[in-house]
Amino acid sequence: MAQTFGSKRTVVGAHYGLRDWLAQRITSVVMALFTLAVIVQVLLPGEMGYDKWAAIFSHQWMKVLTFTAVISLLLHAWVGVRDILMDYVKPLGARLALQAATIVWLVGCAGWAVQVLWRL
Amino acid sequence: MADTVKQRPVYRNIHITQLPHYRLPAPGWVSILHRISGALLFILLPFTIWMFDTSVTSEVSYAQFASVFSAGSAGLPGWFFKLVVLGLIWAYVQHFIAGLRHLWMDMTHATGLAFGRQSAIVTLVATGLLTVALGAKLFF
Repeated sequence: MAQTFGSKRTVVGAHYGLRDWLAQRITSVVMALFTLAVIVQVLLPGEMGYDKWAAIFSHQWMKVLTFTAVISLLLHAWVGVRDILMDYVKPLGARLALQAATIVWLVGCAGWAVQVLWRL
Repeated sequence: MADTVKQRPVYRNIHITQLPHYRLPAPGWVSILHRISGALLFILLPFTIWMFDTSVTSEVSYAQFASVFSAGSAGLPGWFFKLVVLGLIWAYVQHFIAGLRHLWMDMTHATGLAFGRQSAIVTLVATGLLTVALGAKLFF
């Protein structure tokens, strides 16, 4: 039987998930950098309390980084949760409903996080 | 001919009832824990954003945030909320380190059996140690 995978794959249809795969990796790097930025600033000298904690998120560059991390989380979790649903939920109707719920959940959470960020 | 076609063994995915008897190697554990930790972070997302909201909005809300973990809230004791946060910490650390392992494998094409096994053990041990250390800071 002829090999139809790898470099010899039959190229038909749309993309093969490469875009999602790449998006998941790029967004993971953004979130890792955000995590490091928070950890470093928490470890800087000074007693932890409201003033120090809120000051971390008051810088404009930190707001931009946090916003980027929130949007990255949205895309990253969508790819991941969709993978889980495609593997474990076989009935099409249930899968579609759960995927729709996932989008609503993620967009709602991202909206809330951005709202918190904006009013600081 | 028809008989041999019928008797062909069918290999299906592992059924859920087989799971307790299934010996999973270390990379397998990292793989399934990546899913479980990711799903947990996804489900607890509103709680995480609630913590961000109350801790950062004002001094009054910061005090409310702190009191939930000491005095409790909604009839639930403070340690319960700390336990949820401990779960979040474990999931975040596990997902973070296993994610770094993923990125490393993607970039270097590090695919051998030995590397997969060793890096999986490192991931599990490092996650365990960090979770214990951060958990100690959270509770004591």
